[in-house]
Amino acid sequence: MYNETTQDGSAAHDDHDHHGPAKGLMRWVTTTNHKDIGTLYLWLSFIMLLYGGSMAMVIRLELFQPGLQWVEPHFFNQMTTMHGLVMVFGAIMPAFVGLANWLIPIMIGAPDMALPRMNNWSFWILPFAFTMLASTTFMESGAPAFGWTFYAPLSTTYGPDSTDFFIFAVHLMGISSVMGAINVIATILNMRAPGMTLMKMPLFVWTWLITAYLLIAVMPVLAGAVTMMLTDRHFGTSFFDAAGGGDPVMFQHIFWFFGHPEVYIMILPAFGIISAIIPTFARKPLFGYSSMVYASASIAILSFMVWAHHMFTVGMPVAGELYFMYATILISVPTGVKVFNWVTTMWKGSMTFETPMLWALGFIVMFTIGGLSGLMLGVAPVDTQYHDTYFVVAHFHYVLVTGALYSIIAAFYYWVPKWTGHMYDERLGKIHFWWSTIAVNVLFFPQHFIGLAGMPRRIPDYALQFAEFNMISSIGGFAFGLAQVFFLYIVIKTIKGGPKASDRVWEGATGLEFEQLSSPPPYHSFTEAPSVK
Amino acid sequence: MIFNKLSRCSSSVAMGVLSMLAMPVAQAEYKLNMTEGVTPISQDLYGLHMLVFWICVVIGVLVFAVMAWSIFHHRKSKGAVASNFHESTTIEIIWTVAPLLILIGIAIPATATLLDLEDAKTNADITLQVTGIQWKWKYTFVDEDVSFISSLAQSSRDVVKDPTSNENYLLEVDNELVLPVGKKIRFLFHSNDVIHAWWVPALAVKQDSIPGFINDSWAIIEKPGIYRGQCAELCGKDHGFMPIVVNAVSQPEYEEWLAGMKAEAAAAAAAGEEEWSMQDLVARGETVYQANCAACHGATGAGIPGAFPAMTGSAIVNGDPAGHIDIVVNGKTGTSMASFKGQLNDVDIAAVLTYERNSLGNSVGDMIQPSAIKNAR
Repeated sequence: MYNETTQDGSAAHDDHDHHGPAKGLMRWVTTTNHKDIGTLYLWLSFIMLLYGGSMAMVIRLELFQPGLQWVEPHFFNQMTTMHGLVMVFGAIMPAFVGLANWLIPIMIGAPDMALPRMNNWSFWILPFAFTMLASTTFMESGAPAFGWTFYAPLSTTYGPDSTDFFIFAVHLMGISSVMGAINVIATILNMRAPGMTLMKMPLFVWTWLITAYLLIAVMPVLAGAVTMMLTDRHFGTSFFDAAGGGDPVMFQHIFWFFGHPEVYIMILPAFGIISAIIPTFARKPLFGYSSMVYASASIAILSFMVWAHHMFTVGMPVAGELYFMYATILISVPTGVKVFNWVTTMWKGSMTFETPMLWALGFIVMFTIGGLSGLMLGVAPVDTQYHDTYFVVAHFHYVLVTGALYSIIAAFYYWVPKWTGHMYDERLGKIHFWWSTIAVNVLFFPQHFIGLAGMPRRIPDYALQFAEFNMISSIGGFAFGLAQVFFLYIVIKTIKGGPKASDRVWEGATGLEFEQLSSPPPYHSFTEAPSVK
Repeated sequence: MIFNKLSRCSSSVAMGVLSMLAMPVAQAEYKLNMTEGVTPISQDLYGLHMLVFWICVVIGVLVFAVMAWSIFHHRKSKGAVASNFHESTTIEIIWTVAPLLILIGIAIPATATLLDLEDAKTNADITLQVTGIQWKWKYTFVDEDVSFISSLAQSSRDVVKDPTSNENYLLEVDNELVLPVGKKIRFLFHSNDVIHAWWVPALAVKQDSIPGFINDSWAIIEKPGIYRGQCAELCGKDHGFMPIVVNAVSQPEYEEWLAGMKAEAAAAAAAGEEEWSMQDLVARGETVYQANCAACHGATGAGIPGAFPAMTGSAIVNGDPAGHIDIVVNGKTGTSMASFKGQLNDVDIAAVLTYERNSLGNSVGDMIQPSAIKNAR
């Protein structure tokens, strides 16, 4: 492998462009180029998507029919735990960081990210973090089996030995995220081209700026939570142990003070992506740009004030429950504003439905479904019946799979012609969309029903009345999983070749990356600041 | 092996599809929605759930209708020319204020129901303490001196490979909780180990049971019947295997049941005074072991390497009886090994210890009498 690349390198030696990338494997290890690092992040996230997805397949296989046929309950719990952790920290978050790396500099007219060496480091921490996390599956005690929310004392006194590896992996992911966030903020605030005022920035840049502040605010909280776990496990503290004067519920407060903003970390950049794609294919400017910015900021601020709506059954005082209910349902106001703005952007447009637009429309419809079930969950008294059932599972998969993941796939189809200079195969892209969309609804929609009918989440086996819908759900799950393997084929095919994309790529595309850069852009773009009208 | 599984799977896919086709007929009991339940609160919650649900449906339909209209009519292929409007403060204010008013409409009934839901303290007729234990429930009638443990019935444990023959699979227990109808029952929840959540949908009671803290909730059951539920908070390996069965009966039947429970407890205490034979202890011990110990230490005593120690060849099991008694009676702090003195009576502990020492690949040869357990408490 190494020899081959060296040969390739010497073969291309008469290329005297000193601004091109280095050759060989070391290009990727030592790179400080925002485009390379963006690519690395996106590949890591794809690998993690397939890894986390394969664990979802194990889960759906075991739940295909009642009874225990394939895996033991202990292993099943490891699968749900690792699936959640890998998808949240490995698939969704790095994908957005990858998009930020690729897009923010070329959207604001900057030559690169503000802190390129730190950028390299914040990526290269991640493969080690996830290798360490994944290695726990092969340890004697098995992987962590306490859910991605790792509630104490199940994760402290009762946690398996591998929990310490999990703690260290979470620390590494947190360090990486915080460094990435600092880089985004430094880039956006310092490196905009002259004339690119804050209120002229594309919404993707705005939403990422807000997301970066959320990351800086809450990743240290997560680090604090796992550190307290570590000292409870090994150094005789009792933060979460009532027998020593601590409180297991305090763990949940700390976790969700991180966890709820984390949810918005995974959806705000998606809002930015959809706000870029819809106007392009409606050939009409985004409706209500400034209200979109304000709505994003309001959602971010509210996200710090609603965490305990994940805990309506822990026995909070009634005043606390009332407050968290009111604050939670209030979030639907700015979120609604966003959906209404997108729909109004389409209204009286001149729409075409290329693959990125299909994924964006799928996002709006299914994210709205997930948002509405979120409103139902926010009503505290009824949450008594919904909490910890498959209704919740259906809800958060609608916002995270058909929300966050759909926006990432939409972004791929929308910007990949710009990145590679190749158009993807439109027919395959559309097959990918319809295949995924039918499958994902077969997968998650029935989970609303089994949840309402009383099936708790995180169980490896279930009572007979849930059998039919679980089987339907599993069939949808296998089909959705296969669709993403098909996506891998489309990605590789597009990178290898395809019709030449124009610089503009899309008829209705706007923004510096489409108006002022070639497809693909030069390795070092905007070495001189562009002019922004 | 794999092929067998695959063919079994494909045949069950076919059956599943068939049963879906026949659904309206065959699935009379099939539920798509939340239960209305049998308590005043559960009915309030159902009403509130349907209210919010229909509001969501209306909002969803409106938004999607506008979208669909736009997608069909404002497409380039139909010759639509794009307008350029992109701002309207009036519209933005309207669609900020209108949802706010809807939210207030939801919040008012929700607040009333929540205040009702949280009123467990006033006028309770019966106080029942519910203790979550990995992976079973302990019920203690605070005023009656009746206490028992309820765990998954053996008839469910026996069919985990193919449960289709067992109608109440995973929703049946060895000892049902019997409660009277028409009385206000106050539940007090706590836990011996990790966090569990006691949930019976028909009673609309779902409350976390947390080690070191006490939560409460309440119910007035209006209709006699059997109501089934499950643990709702991930509590470890057998989280999916700790069901709840509430049998709601009339007051006289309830009193009769209480008297029966007290008589049983007295008989068990008397049995603890007797000398037991090795054979009887081992026979009883096997049942106790399978219900209480096998989840972690394995049905054959193999344990789970790295997580739960094996019984076979264990130094404690094969060592001095005092050490063996101590770990079962008092548990081991800082580990999953619970203290069983509050869960099992003297005879059961003596029986399971004797069983462990003389079975599961061990052959110490001695036996432990209930009196030894009584002294160790």
